Amino acid sequence: MILASLFIDALRYIPDHASLLLEKAAETAELAFTALGIALVVAVPLGLWLGHRHRGLTFALGTSSIGRALPTIAVIGVFIAWLGVGFWNVTTALVILAIPPLLTNAYFAVDGVDRDAVEAARGMGLRERQILARVELPLGLPLLLAGIRIAAVFVIATATIAGIAGMERGGLGQIIADPVTYTFPGVLAAAFCVAAIALLTALVLALAQHAASRRMAPRA
Amino acid sequence: MSGWRAADGGPVIPNFGHGTACLRNNHWFCPSWVREHWSDILQPALLQHIYLLLISVSIGFAISFALALVAFRFRWLGPTFGALGDFLYCLPSIALFTILLPITGITVTTIVIPLIAYTLFVIYPNILAGLRGVPPEVLESARGMGLTRRQTFWRVELPLAVPAIMAGLRVATVSTIAIATIAAFVIHYGLGAPIFDALEQPDFRTELVAGGALAILLALGADALLALLQRALTPWSRIR
Repeated sequence: MILASLFIDALRYIPDHASLLLEKAAETAELAFTALGIALVVAVPLGLWLGHRHRGLTFALGTSSIGRALPTIAVIGVFIAWLGVGFWNVTTALVILAIPPLLTNAYFAVDGVDRDAVEAARGMGLRERQILARVELPLGLPLLLAGIRIAAVFVIATATIAGIAGMERGGLGQIIADPVTYTFPGVLAAAFCVAAIALLTALVLALAQHAASRRMAPRA
Repeated sequence: MSGWRAADGGPVIPNFGHGTACLRNNHWFCPSWVREHWSDILQPALLQHIYLLLISVSIGFAISFALALVAFRFRWLGPTFGALGDFLYCLPSIALFTILLPITGITVTTIVIPLIAYTLFVIYPNILAGLRGVPPEVLESARGMGLTRRQTFWRVELPLAVPAIMAGLRVATVSTIAIATIAAFVIHYGLGAPIFDALEQPDFRTELVAGGALAILLALGADALLALLQRALTPWSRIR
């Protein structure tokens, strides 16, 4: 009963406070996509290169399991020493969160490409970098995009931690962490907005993944 | 740290302990403080965290197993469960803890329900994928040996699904340990409690690092234990 009325109140809260939610959603999206962008630039080339050399499996798996175990709030606490509580602190913690799934998926995307295809490319005289860019990357693209999708959902949902870290302009997390000011329906409404951003992002990436795997499927 | 807390169990006087030089200068890690407060702060928090972990993962596993069996039997339910799980996973954990607070109160239940929900998202698809991944020729030979449907499930399909199931269980365990630290924002319980206390007074580094390190060590230890369990459960995978 309580849940049902809470749910209805949350749905009413969204149109009533549309401008607040939009403003906060933009802040959350800015945090999450900045972190995701940095993590992509750091982790994907490294993972692709390690996968191409078929080396560093333990490194890729090790970072992934330690990364999953890191309590994000403790990471933010550690970086307070250098960055204070603010945009770059939360972004750094989110980058650290996003790197492991990106690194492992980039590794396995390239590592799992058919060795015969790579050998054939080498036989045709392609250089290592060309093999990576023209053979392995296109063939491994669906798996890489799957990794990006997982990391994106993870980062968007966790970006709300800015709210408990007490960041100014902390996005939807501020609403979620403060039911006294924003009421419980407000908290639930903000959570729905986070889920909407995450699901939309996941949908776009899933469509890209679908397109990539169709393009790469052998033609009949 | 600012923000709202339902259960503020944190000490009023900062628990810096006795003022050694290490503590006064707020170094990253003061072993003396850890020794002194192991029994009154760190050990209880660790035990609470293990308690949360055991309840959430075992209940989560039982529910996942039941859901996977149903979805394995009635294939059309698979995508429905999957979509529900995806939506749940997109909701931020802090919101779930906060929303449950007026309903289940300041109890362990409030922490455990969202943790169970997150384990479902990881364990359920792995069990289902493991069961569905059994090669048709293996099922064919099981039928050829005269096994009934039930015998095939318990003796062939389930054992062959163990590696996938264990992989899901390991990911769920490690992520549950990390997510459970967030719960301390709402209810002062588990390893998140020393972490949030440390952030509140303000930024007491030793307690922060000790709480965070214990969470990571617990996760790595639990992961290693499950890896050993997987080896024990699949003796055939070692004979090559």
